[in-house]
Amino acid sequence: MMTLSLSHYLTLAAVLFAISIVGIVLNRKNLIVLLMAVELMLLAVNINFVAFSHYLNDIHGQVFVFFVLTVAAAESAIGLAILIVLFRNRRTIHVDDLDSLQG
Amino acid sequence: MEFKTLVFYFFSTIVLLAALGVILARNPVYAVLSLVAAFVGASGVWMLLEAEFLAITLVLVYVGAVMVLFLFVVMMLDIDPARLREGFWRYLPLALLVGALLLGEMTLVLNGDWFQAMQAPAAAGAEYSNTQALGRVLYTLYAYPFELASLVLLIAMIAAVSLTHRKREGVKRVDPAQQVKVKRNERLRVVSMPVEKEEDAAPVATAGES
Repeated sequence: MMTLSLSHYLTLAAVLFAISIVGIVLNRKNLIVLLMAVELMLLAVNINFVAFSHYLNDIHGQVFVFFVLTVAAAESAIGLAILIVLFRNRRTIHVDDLDSLQG
Repeated sequence: MEFKTLVFYFFSTIVLLAALGVILARNPVYAVLSLVAAFVGASGVWMLLEAEFLAITLVLVYVGAVMVLFLFVVMMLDIDPARLREGFWRYLPLALLVGALLLGEMTLVLNGDWFQAMQAPAAAGAEYSNTQALGRVLYTLYAYPFELASLVLLIAMIAAVSLTHRKREGVKRVDPAQQVKVKRNERLRVVSMPVEKEEDAAPVATAGES
């Protein structure tokens, strides 16, 4: 346990992923924190990618992280834009108030 | 304990505490700031893994752009923090159960002998450039996906702008399409009229002078 091994990094990513799962279940009324929990999950996955890329001595894992970062940035930009439009039209982003599709 | 292990534990403590801060914070602004701390900690971990370019990119792109966007939106929206935490304690047992289950399964897999036996490669020398190595693959083997990624960003930009753009009432502006469509004869009318003689007007002018 004294020297760093691959399972150190993988365990860190697993704990981070579990924390963000707990966050999604806990804060299901809060759209902003939901978006942030998704970002945390992507970060956990990226840590796995970088760790494997280092230990397998293979640069392609880092290229994949690059693309994941791109998609995550696009996702958060569109998600926040939708939040803004939602707030402008309904004056609220509380999940309980957004029930017009329930009929 | 090796110094590198110490650094690893330092950064991973930052990441995990900040992640707990994100999901437990009462105020969404504090949640965003915790997320910034989590990204900075993760950047340190990536630096340990010799992924220098991605570590810097994480700080520049995430902390510099995406998190500032989050902060803007959180401060722009009028949020009632107390109402957002409705049902927080009711969901807590279920959340802990799901988290513990996931974590237990993952640690069972990850602490197997195979991952611990995997040896780290020797540290790269001073002449090795992570950015150069990444760029060499990115612009040759991954050139096509790279272009697609730029297209994804472009579409996201257009989508974000067109979603949040709104027509304002009472603003005087010209429609560029109508400006372009206009023909010459709609703007200029040539009237044919008889030529007027100069001599007819001249005597009147001299009469006025005298």
